[in-house]
Amino acid sequence: MAQHKSKTSELGRNTLLEMYRRMLTIRVFEETVFDVYRKGWMPGLAHLSDGQEATAVGVCMTLRTDDTITSTHRGHGHIIAKGGRVEPMMAEVMGKVTGYCRGKGGEMHIADVSLGILGANGIVGGGLGIAAGSAFTAKREGEGRVSVAFFGDGAINQGIWYETANIAVLWKLPLIYVCENNDYTQFTNSKKLISGEGLAARARVMGMKGVEVDGNDVQAVFQAAHELVEAARNGGGPATLICNTFRYGGHHSGEPGTAYRSKEEIESWKKHDPIPFFENQLLAQKIITPQEIESMHDEVDKRLQTSVEMARQDPFPDVSEVTEHVYA
Amino acid sequence: MSTRELTFAQAIREALDEEMARDDRIFILGEDVGAWGGVFRTTETLFEKYGCERVIDTPLSEEGFVGLSVGAAMTGMHPVPEIMFGDFITLVMDQIVNQAAKMRYMTGGQVQVPITIRATMGGGRSSGAQHSQSWHAWFAHVPGLKVVLPSTPYDAKGLLKTALREPNPVLFFEDKVMYHKIKGPVPEEEYLIPFGKADIKREGTDVTLVALSRMIHPTLAAAERLAAEGISAEVIDPRTISPLDEETLIQSVAKTGSAVIVDEGFNRFGTTAELAAVIAHGAFDYLDAPIERLGAMDVPVPFSPVLEFATIPDEEKIIAAVHRIMEGRRR
Ligand SMILES: Cc1ncc(C[n+]2csc(CCOP(=O)(O)OP(=O)(O)O)c2C)c(N)n1
Ligand SMILES: [Mg+2]
Repeated sequence: MAQHKSKTSELGRNTLLEMYRRMLTIRVFEETVFDVYRKGWMPGLAHLSDGQEATAVGVCMTLRTDDTITSTHRGHGHIIAKGGRVEPMMAEVMGKVTGYCRGKGGEMHIADVSLGILGANGIVGGGLGIAAGSAFTAKREGEGRVSVAFFGDGAINQGIWYETANIAVLWKLPLIYVCENNDYTQFTNSKKLISGEGLAARARVMGMKGVEVDGNDVQAVFQAAHELVEAARNGGGPATLICNTFRYGGHHSGEPGTAYRSKEEIESWKKHDPIPFFENQLLAQKIITPQEIESMHDEVDKRLQTSVEMARQDPFPDVSEVTEHVYA
Repeated sequence: MSTRELTFAQAIREALDEEMARDDRIFILGEDVGAWGGVFRTTETLFEKYGCERVIDTPLSEEGFVGLSVGAAMTGMHPVPEIMFGDFITLVMDQIVNQAAKMRYMTGGQVQVPITIRATMGGGRSSGAQHSQSWHAWFAHVPGLKVVLPSTPYDAKGLLKTALREPNPVLFFEDKVMYHKIKGPVPEEEYLIPFGKADIKREGTDVTLVALSRMIHPTLAAAERLAAEGISAEVIDPRTISPLDEETLIQSVAKTGSAVIVDEGFNRFGTTAELAAVIAHGAFDYLDAPIERLGAMDVPVPFSPVLEFATIPDEEKIIAAVHRIMEGRRR
């Protein structure tokens, strides 16, 4: 298991602060959505990713705007990490016409194609084919674009992973598979569901790199992802990155995630919370001051509160829109 | 207009060739479509002409290469994946139904998914129950997809060219029995056939025969024999079932008062059921006999020719259905 060391010195201050801001934004977004859910201001359920911020941000900060990502049912973090705006996200969560998808996608299907976010996906493994296709187009266009597929540890048992991995290796597609390993496939510990030595070994057998990293250490994720992304950009073909992390909440907002996971397990992960962990690194290296941290928290809190107020006032789509966008 | 005779397969290949020359976003991928030229020879010579980057041999990974096609389409390409035997499309259902069909809708119109999935259909070759099925009805059931079923070389070329210029996912079903057996006139000049426009293959006044894909041929033969009996049958080919030209069907039945619907998909909950419902609703006041539905028999397609042909609609069964209508009228 290759654990990558953080190399803070290589990252500029602005990049580090932006990483921190995005992680914080994800955390506050998820907490806010949970609140919105509890107050009954959104229809349906929310699939939240608080606890997993470092993985999303560490990977996406290595990407260009024209690089693409595909996401999962637990996609809010990936979208914010890739530059998605929280205002149309919040509106989409509430089913408003001002949402990213005009209220047609919902919490689980947010996309911003102009930012290379090809969509979250309600089918476990559903983004893998699309990501392979985007990598195909990228290779054809020859402008050094890469495609990243986020997926969970549950998705590594889907056939589409093997089919596209085989093709991606054969055709040297610029495709990075990023597995967010949070140890759980819905309500079951994934150890019971995954044979052999797991995804890194499976990736190597398919003929690509399989790298494992502490998914709660954003700089370690960045370093590992950066290496694989740059290799792919330069024609090196696909790779797999496994980020070990943990979701704090339930599988969805309707359950607390405590019936199948022990208190100790959850607490031990919270001791390695990606946000304070990164914060301490930044403070120790005097990249940020406690005052700056505080004001950034205030700024993010405010932005999220405003996004909720705005989205609540926004109109629902007109029913006449229901037949729009079925066909181009 | 100068016209030559082409086989169904040649017409398909010509459409692919012309559109690939016109639009370099188009690429073909599938099993043995490249150097080998396709199991049914529909991509012959294209590999030599356009190279391995645009006519791509894939591993046997139907879900993988169709899934890849969806993503390529979303990012600006126009992939043309080939499902060698339409039966194998079961392996690709998620990519078609949950991904391709609804990406545009779910993103509120942010993307287009221009993908043309070519799949074969049709029995009658003693290929057994897993190499003979016709699954077009499934896809016409899915909002966001278009479904095309050409019956002649002329239609195949014109409809495929339209598919290759479509911004939406298209399922293009080719009856494999027609590839080399059916020949017909195809003009040298360029032409396109719009989706959602039925073709009246033969005009008549006594009964409307609606048939799809290869079923047009036994239906036209039946109409010829019925004419000799003094029964004037109108033969309509919807050509696409999504979108469906409801108007042409309804108007024809308003004139004839009765309809037989012929399709090689299974009868139960199939294309014949939907078309019958459209006609029953739209031409209710004009119907003077129950609509006859001739789909494939609702059993897995058998191997032995005696059994297999018992399950597929043919000229005799079509004539018998028309006779039932005529007898009903007399009573
Ligand atoms: C094909 C498919 N099967 C099952 C589900 C139901 N489901 C949604 S999320 C999930 C668990 C996925 O686990 P994982 O991939 O590890 O992602 P995580 O939820 O841990 O982020 C399941 C079983 C689904 N949405 N799609
Ligand atoms: Mg998981």
